[in-house]
Amino acid sequence: MMNKQGRPTAATGGDTAGFTTISGHSGLDHEEKLIFELGRTGKCGVDLPEPELKHDRLGGLRRRGTIGLPGLSEPEVVRHFVRLSRKNYAIDSGFYPLGSCTMKHNPRLNEKMARLAGFADIHPLQPVSTVQGALALIDQLAHWLKLLTNMPAVAMSPKAGAHGELCGLMAIKAAHEARGDRRTVVLVPESAHGTNPATAALVGYTVEEVPANERGRVDLEALKAKLGPHVAAIMLTNPNTCGLFENDMIEISKAVHAAGAYFYCDGANFNAIVGRVRPGDLGIDAMHINLHKTFSTPHGGGGPGSGPVVLSAALAPFAPLPLVVHGKDGFQLVEDPATAKAHDAQPYGRMSAFHGQMGMFTRAMAYMLSHGADGLHTAAGDAVLNANYVLASLKDVMTAPFGATGPCMHEALFDDSFLKDTGVTTLDIAKAMIDEGYHPMTMYFPLVVHGAMLIEPTETESKFALDEFIRVMKGLATAAKSGDKARFEGAPHLAPRRRLDETAAARKPVLRWIPSAPRAEAAE
Amino acid sequence: MRYLPLTEADRRQMLGVIGTKSVDDLFRDVPAAARLTTLIDLPMHAGEIEVERQMARLAARNVSAGSVPFFCGAGAYRHHVPASVDHLIQRSEYLTSYTPYQPEIAQGTLQYLFEFQTQICMLTGMEVANASMYDGSTGTAEAVLMAARVTGRKRVVLSRQLHPQYAETVRTTCEMADIEVVDGDAATLDDKTACFVVQNPDFYGSIADITPLSDAAHAKGALLIAVVTEIVSLGAITPPGEMGADIVVGEGQSIGNALNFGGPYLGILATRQKFLRQMPGRLAGETVDAEGRRGFVLTLSTREQHIRREKATSNICTNSGLCVLAFTIHLSLLGEDGFRRLAALNHDRAVLAADRLSKVKGVELVTPTFFNEFTLKLSKPAAAVVDTLAGQGIIAGVPVSRLKPNDPAAANLLLVAVTETVTPSDIDALAGALAKVL
Repeated sequence: MMNKQGRPTAATGGDTAGFTTISGHSGLDHEEKLIFELGRTGKCGVDLPEPELKHDRLGGLRRRGTIGLPGLSEPEVVRHFVRLSRKNYAIDSGFYPLGSCTMKHNPRLNEKMARLAGFADIHPLQPVSTVQGALALIDQLAHWLKLLTNMPAVAMSPKAGAHGELCGLMAIKAAHEARGDRRTVVLVPESAHGTNPATAALVGYTVEEVPANERGRVDLEALKAKLGPHVAAIMLTNPNTCGLFENDMIEISKAVHAAGAYFYCDGANFNAIVGRVRPGDLGIDAMHINLHKTFSTPHGGGGPGSGPVVLSAALAPFAPLPLVVHGKDGFQLVEDPATAKAHDAQPYGRMSAFHGQMGMFTRAMAYMLSHGADGLHTAAGDAVLNANYVLASLKDVMTAPFGATGPCMHEALFDDSFLKDTGVTTLDIAKAMIDEGYHPMTMYFPLVVHGAMLIEPTETESKFALDEFIRVMKGLATAAKSGDKARFEGAPHLAPRRRLDETAAARKPVLRWIPSAPRAEAAE
Repeated sequence: MRYLPLTEADRRQMLGVIGTKSVDDLFRDVPAAARLTTLIDLPMHAGEIEVERQMARLAARNVSAGSVPFFCGAGAYRHHVPASVDHLIQRSEYLTSYTPYQPEIAQGTLQYLFEFQTQICMLTGMEVANASMYDGSTGTAEAVLMAARVTGRKRVVLSRQLHPQYAETVRTTCEMADIEVVDGDAATLDDKTACFVVQNPDFYGSIADITPLSDAAHAKGALLIAVVTEIVSLGAITPPGEMGADIVVGEGQSIGNALNFGGPYLGILATRQKFLRQMPGRLAGETVDAEGRRGFVLTLSTREQHIRREKATSNICTNSGLCVLAFTIHLSLLGEDGFRRLAALNHDRAVLAADRLSKVKGVELVTPTFFNEFTLKLSKPAAAVVDTLAGQGIIAGVPVSRLKPNDPAAANLLLVAVTETVTPSDIDALAGALAKVL
């Protein structure tokens, strides 16, 4: 049996198809074993010279016994990973409206530039005289990030957004402690990313939540009531996780500073305002920028990211090592506290070995050069336009909790009240979207909205793609309301896998392949 | 602009549906004072030709490792990466997908993470491994925090032979978390110590049986954290899991990943089954789908920040997915035989280099045991020698003083790494150049 896209509907058995193949494959969708089940001893996919092994200097610690790695030739390995790849949804193959994650197009020019030998094949500790181009690139990217945010300093080394949050809060803690001020609390809105409270806790702070108002923004009066001499900082995402601009940013900043605290802005959503609003003009003290969101470095199935942190004048002296500075012989790297002191810096420490995610810097730079000032301005505008178009087109069939408060920014937030009494949940809608050829939106986040569905189209989707998506979402909403539960129950039907048993996975964790393990049986 | 599909006509139509006059009007929640009326002072957009020209100009101002005799290591190693690795990781389905939160359409990513976790367990001799950390240094800091959680103790002892920048990363993290950090050895351990962090091969390249250190740590109720900065070494030497380590962390860059001036890399973190629920980071686990077919999911996420928030085991979210994929593919290509041969080849070349270089007048080999990296004591300050040789087109290695600027004993020490990409004639060139300057 074929579905309307002409694809068989199940690989082996199952209740959605009356058709079972002999191979267990399903046309283009191959069942693929683990690499350990495919390999054999005595095969190798890399030809290397034979070592001479006349003598070793391993101090009697030569590894004994087999490691257990399977052997395969190059074509076998290539086929394995190509087959696996085809089980992944990707931006390049379809619309990926994952709110808060910014799944925009990843230009291949950036990949090509990052692979130039002059960037990819240089060592972090080779002489500074031999990496002047790399340091110039870091310096230029840093300068541009400062211009785009109107902030005086930037720490380039954090390796992802959450690592940037850690960097920002460490600078804040160092700044308080430099004055002998030991504060204990960080304020975080209920709608925050989980990384915010987790980061504050990691730096030794107690987290207190700030409630949202009925307009989906931070409740300014409630925030003021929470401020005091014990509060080290507030961490606020702007535009926030409801996809809304925090209109009281300047008042919040004034209140926070009046209380002697610092203002950390989670810059995960900077893509909505880049080139149009400079966070420094809103009174913030620190903000990380996810280069893999705003500046399109690829998400890569979960990294690597990069999270440079811009810093205010108050926090700039505490920026972590290393620092790139201009010296008489070109660029210099400051890698130790004593040298930093000579440059009037008092770094709180170091975020990681070496100098940050150079491979992401090159990609972000290629992206910024490609867009330019005009392109970045247009990109942010189109991202916001696309989100508002989705919001305007769907708010009458779905329910938008803040739809009446004005425009959204780069993402449109819906709740599940339109599903009331239908027996269909947010999860069901998400899984039915998979059958329709879409990646689901972010669901059940932010936590301040019941059954949240957060849709971020990004600026790289065409009107045609959005119109198709809107048509499908309207269809799903109508189907749910009209009692067509079968469409949703057990969805997805047409993906490489049906819903997976996450409870079983967590209850009896199997986290590695073990040679003698019996094959998994169906959990009836 | 080539990346932006909307036309002016599209924008007008869409604004009509929204009921707004202009795109600018959609930004009306921004305080008026903060709304920019002019463009940021950056260059205007550019086509591929111009971008390539500008980027190539910057790249040309760097000396790439492959263009000269090259001997830098110290936590980042230049190995050959097969062409198919870079081809496969650039497939759209891997490059442009997100964290696999929707497992039905992310089995590709989830399965390779599961394969990676298995490979790491095999290499380290441990029972469970996570789906990666940012890099070796941040992974080490996370391991130390994990040990503090497991033991309920707030004192950490770092071996003096730990990579100095790893030690600084750990110290920074611990100071912020009010955990005491002490440099020391087995004698420094006490019954308040959460863990002892040792590197093998150590920062200077030496290899040691760390079993006595594990025993010493365990005698005080502390955990032994073993750090591996050159993971290819595990193809030649006894893995930390067979020497009593409780947590193994390290840098996986050597397999599948280019030098990239220090990042992105991938951190590995493996441990004993009994510490599973105190691990940081993502874990892929096996399960079945509604039709009973094997599949994989991210699991045990109640440890993680997106569920547990301030009570999470770490704040980590994004890790090193694509670098993990490169690792997994490269190690799959190598297999048992290839990985062992690669390790043996590295050791062979390093032995050849150590013997050749230590015959040069003014050069003394100070690490009698080593894998593919060793320390030389020169008759002159190593930093100046390295700079001089760089001027002659030879990157001689990493002067220890760069990482230990305040240690007078380090001034003449040179770290030399020799991988399979180094040729005998490269070694001759280095030996000849050293003979002239010393």
